[in-house]
Amino acid sequence: MPLVNYATREITCKIVYYGPGRSGKTTNLQYVYEQVPGNRKGNMVSLATQADRTLFFDFLPLDLGSISGFTTRLQLYTVPGQVYYQSTRRLVLQGADGVVFVADSQSRQLEENIESLRDLHANLADQGIDARAMPLVLQYNKQDLPRELILETDVLDQALNFRDVPAFTAGALHGSGVFETLRSIAGLVLRRLSAAAPAGSR
Amino acid sequence: MDLDARYRFETYVVGTGNRLAVSAARAVAQAPGAAYNPLFIYSGSGLGKTHLMLAIAHLALQRQPGLRAEYTTVDEFVEELNGAVAAGTMDALKRRYQEVGLLLLDDVQFLAGRREMQSEMLRLFNVLQRSGRQVVLASDRPPGDIADLDDRLTTRFAGGLVVDVGEPDYETRVAILRMRSEERAAQFNPGVLEEVARLRFRNVRELQGALNRLIAHQTLGESPLTPATVRELLGERGDGVVRATPVRAQASEFDTLLSDVSEVLSQQLEAWRIRVSEAITYWHELGYHAGRLERALDGASEPDVDALLTDYEAAIARLRDLQQTAAKFDHRLATSELFLDPERVSEAELVVARLIGTVDPPPGPRVEFTRAEFDVGPSNQLAVHAADTVVQEPGGKYNPLYLHGPSGVGKTHLLHAVGNELVATRGGAALVACVNARDFTDELIRALQDGTIERWRVRYRVLDVLLMDDVQQLTGSERTQDELFHLFNSLYAAGRQIVLAADRAPGRIEGLEDRLRSRFEGGLVVEMQRPDHALREKFFARQLAASGQRVDHALLEYLASRPVGSVAEVSALVTRLRKAADIVGVPLTAGLARKELEGSFAAPTVTRSTPGRSVDESFLDEEKVVWEWPELSGRAIEEYR
Repeated sequence: MPLVNYATREITCKIVYYGPGRSGKTTNLQYVYEQVPGNRKGNMVSLATQADRTLFFDFLPLDLGSISGFTTRLQLYTVPGQVYYQSTRRLVLQGADGVVFVADSQSRQLEENIESLRDLHANLADQGIDARAMPLVLQYNKQDLPRELILETDVLDQALNFRDVPAFTAGALHGSGVFETLRSIAGLVLRRLSAAAPAGSR
Repeated sequence: MDLDARYRFETYVVGTGNRLAVSAARAVAQAPGAAYNPLFIYSGSGLGKTHLMLAIAHLALQRQPGLRAEYTTVDEFVEELNGAVAAGTMDALKRRYQEVGLLLLDDVQFLAGRREMQSEMLRLFNVLQRSGRQVVLASDRPPGDIADLDDRLTTRFAGGLVVDVGEPDYETRVAILRMRSEERAAQFNPGVLEEVARLRFRNVRELQGALNRLIAHQTLGESPLTPATVRELLGERGDGVVRATPVRAQASEFDTLLSDVSEVLSQQLEAWRIRVSEAITYWHELGYHAGRLERALDGASEPDVDALLTDYEAAIARLRDLQQTAAKFDHRLATSELFLDPERVSEAELVVARLIGTVDPPPGPRVEFTRAEFDVGPSNQLAVHAADTVVQEPGGKYNPLYLHGPSGVGKTHLLHAVGNELVATRGGAALVACVNARDFTDELIRALQDGTIERWRVRYRVLDVLLMDDVQQLTGSERTQDELFHLFNSLYAAGRQIVLAADRAPGRIEGLEDRLRSRFEGGLVVEMQRPDHALREKFFARQLAASGQRVDHALLEYLASRPVGSVAEVSALVTRLRKAADIVGVPLTAGLARKELEGSFAAPTVTRSTPGRSVDESFLDEEKVVWEWPELSGRAIEEYR
């Protein structure tokens, strides 16, 4: 649940970028980091191996400033995609307000995508969270690769988007679709604010 | 300094968006260097920053014609500086600016990136600030947002008061349009100006431009404009889209994210929470605490937001008044944290009140009226007992204590004596005022004339004890009664003692408001009667002793039997008798007194044998001496008469 703290006038949302290894989750965050004005971003914390693979997780705090009188912050996390980092994924997923599932559009990665999406649902279920209640946005990344290497969005939709959630094509390396995805998940998450009011007035 | 006469406070329309800026500007103009130094005004273009700056200069010069005021823009200043460097007259230029009493610097955002200029500015700023000169700055953005501005300048700019001039709301736009139309002697059909205001121009300059077009159109056209034709004429504004602050053509992806989030939040959060939260943000930026608003925001249910904000803003207005007053006494106090917390208004009031109280105290009790010299008899013992109780327990049993009785029975003496006793018991630390009702009214009138009413109130409200004499003189002075009513309540609520004296009971004072009468009667009302025999004897004994007369019992008995009603009468009588005795050249005796007062030497009404008197004493009995030489004394008295 996204938190509205009326006492401190803060709204904080945790958004987790989920997906198979090397699908471009960290690239998404890096692009966001580059676009955010200096005074609005915290340090991006990235724990990576020498081969630039996310070992633990990435964390990018974004300060959106005072909106409607509330200091609004987005905390963007990525999970390590590799299968053997299961426990880290669960940890990062805790307390998530929304999930961006970054799928690798390459044809040969379809199975990994499906496996990772299953893994997401399983991890949510483990934490007692109904996946249908969790704001989710799909991103079909690497759409800038040659046509013959990637799947059409229809095919990806059929394979992954059985919940009919918002889905975006992206080329995270050059930034296309990155902010569309982020705006969409931020919108979905913040629309659930009303249910999160601690004062219990609604 | 030549000022454009149009730019005055009188021609500046005040609305919700600029109220704070205007009151700050006024405060600065009224006391340059005292409050809010520097004053930093920022807003988008065309919202009246320059107007406000010039208005400050106008008012300041009007109040202090000798003041040196200088208005300039950063660009002009740079040019001047460059010219002076080229001509080698840098020192003269510096001196000129350093002698300015009020510096108004416009377009401060253009200091961005000009490092040399900034150090020059910093030096000038330090000189002006140290000598208490007023600096007013205007910019299109707050100090912190001016790019590449030296941190020392940023903190100095933000060190006084930073206010923004907001966009005018609908009502303000209508008011501006009406004022400008009147200035131009232009008349429009009803509803035309309102229709223009509805187009939501956020920029006064553009609003004025639109008005100019209407005026031109109406002057040239055949028929007067109607509300319906306004949108036609100002068509490009007809969509209600505000163009004064256009969205950047290529908004960054981050900006788009912000605007999305902003839209969602405005739908998701309750409107009242947004209102309260924005108010908190606004006041926080100005440095004010907003605990009251924060608690309301954190509450479960919707409060009366209008009332909440009105109260909060009223408290801030009060704090600002107090801050200004405090600054008059001690400039450093203007920056005190106390004046930034609306929940500490009463504390701030107390501080200011103490400040005023120490500098300009109301008159205290007169020291010559002491309790020791106040004689007690059956006719006044109740009053004296009550007065003594008040001294022991000020603000306790008898509050207020209301003493009444005919003139001369010692009310004033007792009143002042109570005051002196209270001062003494508190080691001189008590603030005790003893004031006559007539003087109280006169002071109030003077305060109203001078505009120092707040000061006047405060110096009374800080009192520990209020003693008021001749309360019957409040008759007919409504405003005084009103002020006294509030003063009474304030003192009473704080447990301070009030003692009042009048020539009649509260219920018999004509024109005394019921609310005051009931309060006066709510304590203890005691009558002081004309002095009885025992008291008269004491009066005479004291007066005779004071005038150096030898006091014998027969004389005292005789005098005390006289129907005197007041100490003043006693005093007059003693003076008269002493003179008579002086003329005759003999000491005052009962016989002489009787002769003087009744015109005969009839046998005294009271005779008393004086057994055991010595011969010497008998010889010194002046009465006998007079009897032995009747002719002589008779003649002397005859002559005197």
